[in-house]
Amino acid sequence: MQSEILTIALFTTAAALAATVVMLPPGIALAWVLARYRFRGKAVVETLASLPLVMPPVATGLLLLWLVGRRGPVGRLLEPLGIEIVFTPAAVVLAMAIMGLPLLVRTARAGFEQVTRRYEQMAETLGARPWRVFRTVTLPLASRNILAGALLGFTRALGEFGATIVVAGSIPGRTRTLAVGIYTYTETGQDARAAALLVVSVALAFASVLIANRLAHVD
Amino acid sequence: MHTGRHAAEATEFELRFSLTQGSFTIAPDLAAAARAIALFGPSGSGKTSILEAIAGLRTPQRGRIAVHRRVLFDTETRTSVPVRDRHVGYVPQDVLLFPHLNVRKNITYGQGLRRNSDGQGRQDVDVPDLDDLLGLTPLMDRRVAGLSGGERQRVALARALYSGPDVLLLDEPLAAVDLARRRLVLDALIAIRDRLRIPLVYVTHSPDEARAIADYAIVLDEGKVVAAGAPEEVLGKEVGGRR
Repeated sequence: MQSEILTIALFTTAAALAATVVMLPPGIALAWVLARYRFRGKAVVETLASLPLVMPPVATGLLLLWLVGRRGPVGRLLEPLGIEIVFTPAAVVLAMAIMGLPLLVRTARAGFEQVTRRYEQMAETLGARPWRVFRTVTLPLASRNILAGALLGFTRALGEFGATIVVAGSIPGRTRTLAVGIYTYTETGQDARAAALLVVSVALAFASVLIANRLAHVD
Repeated sequence: MHTGRHAAEATEFELRFSLTQGSFTIAPDLAAAARAIALFGPSGSGKTSILEAIAGLRTPQRGRIAVHRRVLFDTETRTSVPVRDRHVGYVPQDVLLFPHLNVRKNITYGQGLRRNSDGQGRQDVDVPDLDDLLGLTPLMDRRVAGLSGGERQRVALARALYSGPDVLLLDEPLAAVDLARRRLVLDALIAIRDRLRIPLVYVTHSPDEARAIADYAIVLDEGKVVAAGAPEEVLGKEVGGRR
């Protein structure tokens, strides 16, 4: 039983970390665009970016299943390349990333909004091109928020259940995560296993929230 | 006036533009050859707006801005050189040192960034000479948060100079410097003007400062140029300062 619990704990942590890495580039880009630009349809983009927060996670999972399923618009493009997502570890990462993204975007956006435009202007007067300004001034000045947002996204990913079970299932040693494991074990009367996973969940969540709070408050 | 102070070659400035923001309009219309221009006037008279228009941080509705015969902005030819290619060293009043970088990294931020631009930039300044001139060597590894007003000002000056500017735009560079250190910064500015031969546009509301550093003065009031010419004449006349 111990190795089973350990496998699930390690897999969940690894998948949540991978999901965080996956959500960072689009999350940062989206947060920056929302913080800096006004454009047509911005309200729609903002709403879409927050949707996974308010939709039932199972519904988000169903939407993902439809998108990346073999006959879905994305799945159809991936099939000729031999890439299958549904019921694989990749599906776990995808579900976690989608569910964590809104938290990252919101927190990072607030960070970008706090960056004084004039620092960027100073960099421009010194001859820096836009990408350099972003890399050397904007990003470092917003880094605390980005880090806090990434941690929030990570903790959300650790606990992800609804979307994961729809799009990835509960395959032992392949797609079974902490949350999904707890559910599966409880359903099948394996209470000791469920309790062990519960302890691991609490410990992981506790540690990540503690670190996130540190980052958010310490100067 | 062939004193040492006036030995270096003058730079041609052309400032003819109209910039309206809300109910405030600043509309200078003058050309001058100078090594250091003082923009003089009370708060809210438009001094900073002129600096920011030269730097490209504010866009006039119409007009023309040229420094060193290089056109930076001209609505007639639809020219507006991007901020990064204007080759200005701008030191705003609040200096805006990058808070996440130490002194050394602040100073060298713009070093070499202009090398691949249109080639009209001034050659890089002699760097060891500059650190020495501004007394920066002992500060290099400090964090900017702990610097005094005078230190911040000198670091900001160095940062502007390391980017190899064609002109330095200084917004009340002595305002945050304590009285004891003012002479030090002022001497450094005069050395920059004379030894590095970088022309200055210097915002101040002190006639003494204007006279000490500038060979041309523009007196502003509520966005209008009320006098322009030799500092001894226009400042003496307008403000009643000592000759």
